[in-house]
Amino acid sequence: MSLSRLTAPLYLLASFVPIYWLVGMSMKTNEEILGGFTLWPQSPTLANYVTIFTDPDWSNGYLNSLTYVALNTVLSVLLALPAAYAFSRYRFLGDSHLFFWLLSNRMAPPAVFLLPFFQLYSSIGLFDTPWAVALAHMLFTVPLAVWILEGFMSGVPREIDETAYIDGYGFLRFFVRIFLPLIRSGVGVTAFFCFMFSWVELLLARTLTSVEAKPIVATMTRTVSAAGMDWGVLAAAGVLTLVPGAIVIWFVRDYIAKGFALGRV
Amino acid sequence: MARIELRGIAHAYQAAPRSEEDFALRPLELVWEDGGAYALLGPSGCGKTTLLNIISGLLQPTRGQVLIDGADVTAAPPQARNIAQVFQFPVIYDTMTVFENLAFPLRNRGVDRAEIQARVEEVAALLELTGDLRLRASGLSADLRQRISLGRGLVRKDVAAILLDEPLTVIDPHVKWLLRRKLKQVHEQLKVTLVYVTHDQVEALTLADRVVVMNGGRVVQVGTPQELVERPLDTFVGYFIGSPGMNLLPCIVEDGAVMVEGQRIPLDADVCARARTAGGELRLGIRPEFLRRVAEGSPQALRVEVTQVEHLGRHKLATTRLGEQSLKVRLPEEERLSAGESCWLELPPRWTMLYAGGRAIT
Amino acid sequence: MEKPTNHRAWLLVLPVLLAVSFSAVIPLMTVVNYSVQDILGPEQRVFVGTEWFRKVLRDPELHGALRRQLGFSLAVLALELPLGVALALVLPRHGRLASLALVLLGLPLLIPFNVVGTIWQLFARGDIGLLGVAINALGLEYNYTANALDAWLTVLAMDVWHWTPLVALLCYAGLRAIPEAYYQAARIDGASTWATFRFIQLPRLRGVLTIAVLLRFMDSFMIYTEPFVLTGGGPGNATTFLSQYLTRLAVGQFDLGPAAAFSLVYFLVILLLSYVFYTAMTRTKEAR
Repeated sequence: MSLSRLTAPLYLLASFVPIYWLVGMSMKTNEEILGGFTLWPQSPTLANYVTIFTDPDWSNGYLNSLTYVALNTVLSVLLALPAAYAFSRYRFLGDSHLFFWLLSNRMAPPAVFLLPFFQLYSSIGLFDTPWAVALAHMLFTVPLAVWILEGFMSGVPREIDETAYIDGYGFLRFFVRIFLPLIRSGVGVTAFFCFMFSWVELLLARTLTSVEAKPIVATMTRTVSAAGMDWGVLAAAGVLTLVPGAIVIWFVRDYIAKGFALGRV
Repeated sequence: MARIELRGIAHAYQAAPRSEEDFALRPLELVWEDGGAYALLGPSGCGKTTLLNIISGLLQPTRGQVLIDGADVTAAPPQARNIAQVFQFPVIYDTMTVFENLAFPLRNRGVDRAEIQARVEEVAALLELTGDLRLRASGLSADLRQRISLGRGLVRKDVAAILLDEPLTVIDPHVKWLLRRKLKQVHEQLKVTLVYVTHDQVEALTLADRVVVMNGGRVVQVGTPQELVERPLDTFVGYFIGSPGMNLLPCIVEDGAVMVEGQRIPLDADVCARARTAGGELRLGIRPEFLRRVAEGSPQALRVEVTQVEHLGRHKLATTRLGEQSLKVRLPEEERLSAGESCWLELPPRWTMLYAGGRAIT
Repeated sequence: MEKPTNHRAWLLVLPVLLAVSFSAVIPLMTVVNYSVQDILGPEQRVFVGTEWFRKVLRDPELHGALRRQLGFSLAVLALELPLGVALALVLPRHGRLASLALVLLGLPLLIPFNVVGTIWQLFARGDIGLLGVAINALGLEYNYTANALDAWLTVLAMDVWHWTPLVALLCYAGLRAIPEAYYQAARIDGASTWATFRFIQLPRLRGVLTIAVLLRFMDSFMIYTEPFVLTGGGPGNATTFLSQYLTRLAVGQFDLGPAAAFSLVYFLVILLLSYVFYTAMTRTKEAR
């Protein structure tokens, strides 16, 4: 009994060790990192963070990333809401085929789309803008958003819609004023998953940008190869990319279990 | 077969209860006699399920002892208590067959195959499940599922008591009575102690020999269905049982008689004497069906104004006014009566109760 | 209650349809186009039929990548599923501790893929990494940049660290949906912890486990960034999986035709395997 009670804390502790190492390294100088093995920073320094915050390349990368992630999240949820409503409330010609086709896009390896995306967005002049990345990510986030939202919407009894229509509500007013508040947590969970996908993805984000819209994750890989191995700065940049995720997951912590409970097959 | 005794049992869901209010179950003493059929009746949240779970061992009481046949089992886990429990929503092991479901408690206890086979067949016959033994348990109807979960309780030979927690809630109305009859039959054949939790008084009164009425974490009365109807010892029992419930009228005691709205009502002299010394608000209680309509001007009768008459098939229910008080009267359908009239009512002393602070004066 | 038929619902689906078509159909057409042509210059294209497909399917390097990929994906499933289920069983259910545990658990899921690679690069290196130094200190020879097995194991450990939380969270949610009465009945029936798991918890996790298997299979089959940062596919080709091979083909060598043909095969293989998993898992459910 005591063993099983210890398992969870032990796992969480072990899974935190690599992150601790990253944070620790971000507060060491390169001399300390390479000079000898130390378990914690001997003379903690924020110099690596200062380097990042004073270099516009880094801060721009940060902003660029957040821009396309926000664009993607908002667009995905906005587009998915009406579609999910349609799937949860009506039967229509080809509905199930459409649903599975949408989901099958989630199964496409991003690597497959690298080159075509590059050409497509270059030809319409979106290359190297946040829009290119946001639109490309939508291929993966929109099907997911429709799927999650459809699950939440199916949990709302249809009588509510009917009562509202009888009471003289138009579709738009009903949807915004009555329906949306009922699935608020579902919208939150959906936004969380869209954020998660868009924030952690690198391959497409790097391919579809070069200078203007370069995301933080790409800045990291390039700086590493250019400046030799600046371990301290690399670690500090890594720590900074953890922050948005940590904040977001803290806000949705109470909905996580609910969001994942949609495993209905 | 067992006699279950609860000594000073109290339970709070908080780890450190601070006040009386923190207790879901207030200290109580209760004995369940061997082979009795008990109903545990009360509104939602009155502590019925808590009490049941304490008997079965799913809950450890904050205070007090549970004794089964004189042995203290307070600390014993449920599987060591030989008690069967059936829940509100049927619990079925979906991946097993009906047979495997029934055999499950025996297999967990390492009973040998031949005995399992024999016991399962016996219980299946009792519950009319013999034809379904080979079916997968998933996808069966609610009443079948509930019969299986009852069977899992009965299959153990040494079972001391069966506890049922509102087991008919999810059963379709037309099979409810079938299951209830089955349950009664099982009880008569096995002579096992039965505790049946319900908030439905009809279910409680038809199924049980004795009814335990609970309210607000307390046992307010234990008695036969007849006693609960005729002599409710608590105002709660008075209005919770019966439809409509008992009429309760504020009153005072004046020179050996009870006065309601200035009208004199004769009562037993001893009761009146005790009422003068009892603390708490005094109320007079009489059930609508025990009020008698008498001829105009009869001695000791009350004059009331009829405000409403409802027809309920075999009888009619009149709502009347006595001064500021409302009084419901149940009358035979052939009585002629209409709203706006006056009529005269008599309160037979035998059926008239007097309560001080909610408890009956006897 | 049956859903009403309403073909005007198409209007609600239209925005999604257009957006996804724009991002899926046009690029897919491009891929199909490339896969049957030889592109010699901007204006010079020759139709080559199935030549690229035949070439790709016979490519021994691709066979190697596919073998490694299958081995990796199966290892990922074999490790992450039991571990995730076990974790879900022991995570606290109520209170502030539960929230904190969930946040800590979910953290790796929100780290950008290349940062995951970076973290493990820093963590596992034999000279400056805690893990690498610790293993070497135990007297074991460990160097993931030089030894193929070490590299493969490190990528696997990284993936387990990165994705087990997803399986655990799915199962945790599934477990929380089991009504308390099931556990109570099991206690009354004298069921052991194992029997409770086998007959109550596991059957009720079937739905979320199906999702977990599908997601983990698909995503591990597409893994690219993390091993790219950690090992660059090496040493040799030891950790070169399908996506890496494809990117090398398309971007590195600019062999657009074979790369496109390979892309289509790749996509179809994932669809097919996912379909097989899906039907296998839902069919056993129906059979029961």
